[in-house]
Amino acid sequence: MTDTATAPRTALNVSDEIAIEISGLNKWFGSFHVLRNINLTVYSGERIVICGPSGSGKSTMIRCINALEEHQEGIIEVDGTRLTNDLKNIDKVRSEVGMCFQHFNLFPHLTILENCTLAPIWVRKTPKKEAVETAMHYLEKVKIPDQASKYPGQLSGGQQQRVAIARSLCMKPRVMLFDEPTSALDPEMIKEVLDTMIELAEEGMTMLCVTHEMGFARQVANRVIFMDQGQIVEQNEPEAFFNNPQSERTKLFLSQILGH
Amino acid sequence: MVDRPVEYPAVDHEVAYVRTDDAPTLPAPTSEIGVKAWLWKNIFASMADYSSGPRAVASILMTIITVFTAYALIWMIWTMLDFAVFSATFGDPEGLKREACLPNPNGACWPYVQAKWYQFMYGFYPDDQVWRINVLFALLAAGIGWLVFGPSHKGKVAAFMLFGYPLLAYVMLNGMPVEDDGDLGHIFAGIWFPALVAAVLFAGWWLASSGKFGDVGQAFAPALLMGVIVVGIFAVLPLVTMTLDLALGTEVVETNKWGGLTITLVVAIAGIVVSLPAGMLLALGRRSNAPIIRYSSVIFIEVVRGIPLISVLFFASAMLPYFLAPGVDFNKLLRAMIGVMLFASAYMAEVIRGGLQAIPKGQYEGGMSLGLSFWQQMRLIIMPQALTTVIPGIVNTFIGLFKDTTLVLIISIFDLLGILLATLKDPEWATASTAYTGYLVIALIYWIFCFGMSRYSVHMERKLDRSHR
Repeated sequence: MTDTATAPRTALNVSDEIAIEISGLNKWFGSFHVLRNINLTVYSGERIVICGPSGSGKSTMIRCINALEEHQEGIIEVDGTRLTNDLKNIDKVRSEVGMCFQHFNLFPHLTILENCTLAPIWVRKTPKKEAVETAMHYLEKVKIPDQASKYPGQLSGGQQQRVAIARSLCMKPRVMLFDEPTSALDPEMIKEVLDTMIELAEEGMTMLCVTHEMGFARQVANRVIFMDQGQIVEQNEPEAFFNNPQSERTKLFLSQILGH
Repeated sequence: MVDRPVEYPAVDHEVAYVRTDDAPTLPAPTSEIGVKAWLWKNIFASMADYSSGPRAVASILMTIITVFTAYALIWMIWTMLDFAVFSATFGDPEGLKREACLPNPNGACWPYVQAKWYQFMYGFYPDDQVWRINVLFALLAAGIGWLVFGPSHKGKVAAFMLFGYPLLAYVMLNGMPVEDDGDLGHIFAGIWFPALVAAVLFAGWWLASSGKFGDVGQAFAPALLMGVIVVGIFAVLPLVTMTLDLALGTEVVETNKWGGLTITLVVAIAGIVVSLPAGMLLALGRRSNAPIIRYSSVIFIEVVRGIPLISVLFFASAMLPYFLAPGVDFNKLLRAMIGVMLFASAYMAEVIRGGLQAIPKGQYEGGMSLGLSFWQQMRLIIMPQALTTVIPGIVNTFIGLFKDTTLVLIISIFDLLGILLATLKDPEWATASTAYTGYLVIALIYWIFCFGMSRYSVHMERKLDRSHR
């Protein structure tokens, strides 16, 4: 499992360029060993779905990639920038890695448009006019340009999550991280968010997605990673992963989530 | 469970129903609208239910309470009106002073208020310089009016009121010494101080906006620029007055001549302007991960909150001179102001900390994931939300602070209440009702300011409440 170079890659849209390199990653919450020796190489254009039981460390792992969580051991490199204690590196990585959260984390005191232009203006120092144009472009892409002057509290959950995606895209990220983006949504709104993500994947965005949407994994992912107890237990192409899981734990997990 | 066959009603297409006309909207019955309905619902309904024993007792009790309350209300209003209007002395055309009010011992002595109004407002500020205070009052009213009703540029006006106005107020109240005797040396002496201050502020602005100090610098840059402009005006003013041969007010008025509402506002505004940013920094400090910052914030807040303001004022006025080198003298008013500022900051810090705790962790993470720096997160995301949440608490602190400024009278600074007490000693106005009249007027002035702040807080709460739009 440690030899990531042999990890299966589909030819479609995946280059040899390395986007994220994680090696020997260990993390503790106090004395609890939450991530154990994680090794993962993500190539540009890959769509990776990470699944596993709750508490398996999948969210913690992707949160380490943009330093929302500090790691104690191992190396994380994003686009050649190594995450150290150096705040400059952390800020650089964060501005190149977009993230969508389970609870959207939109800024409720700003309009949808302001949510989208905030970071480009303050972090990238983009002129306001240009930032607004970019924001409207991405809001059109997620199909809610008409809500631009509303506040997040006035939108439905699905719309809010699409705004969150647009907000991240406005920073023109190299990589997008999704941390259970549909878990807090009503069933009828899940589809509109997944459609947006599928569209994003088709355009070649590098994506790491923690989700329980196995249909999405089958349709979009080129690699599925199964984690349990802080380790990567199994990773494979979606077809092989779902039809022919190797490890007992994976089989058990799949039988539980697909079994009804 | 017994298994029973469920009988579903058959769908009968014969009785299918489609509405073709809208049912009419009817006017509400008279029991729901109008004065009568309001009176019934809010007053009489609670007294009219005798359907059972306990309800009858409740109704009788409500009747008694209602009658008593109505009586108390009418009595109070009547007493006030009687004192302030019906039994009051209104004019003193013959200049009799106390003699004019003596015939009406149970009514207000308004001529006394008229005679002492100047002192209530300005203390012992020289007559010919009072325009300076009036300009400042007018500017304050205009600024606040703009913040409430203004169509645009509210941010800039707010920045001016917070940073520019206090500086301007200091310079205008205190004055700048210029001896207009045509001697260039003297004029230069009057110019160099404001010019030096302006230069220092300018250097600060230049450094801050250069980007070397990052976002903190960017945040303070507008304030510094405002300072440059205000102080710069006063550096240039003597030159202008010289050239145009105008005698603009630059005479120095010592702070011991300030008094009345002027002092109250000076101390309160200084406290308000300093306590808000200082409170924010202390609140952030108390939540910091760095132990030194955290503990110094905690110690400051807990020590200051644990001491009565009066003892700090006493200490500042009576004890501080013993600890300072001979010849070093702090202005007494300045000392009192620093005391009030420290106090207000400590209280404000805890109010704002309450607001910070209401911000979910996701807001920080949202900001972080976009690459915003710590200070950008605070300024753009966290503080705007935290402050909005605790507007009632902030205004509460401001109102408390405004009224606490009366404590400066114990170190013989004549604020509004202090000046009232001083004028009450005037034997020319000694009557039975002078003191009551004075206290009534002062209470009314305080109430107007505090109620104004309260209404402004309600206005801001409504305006900033995004969640219910």
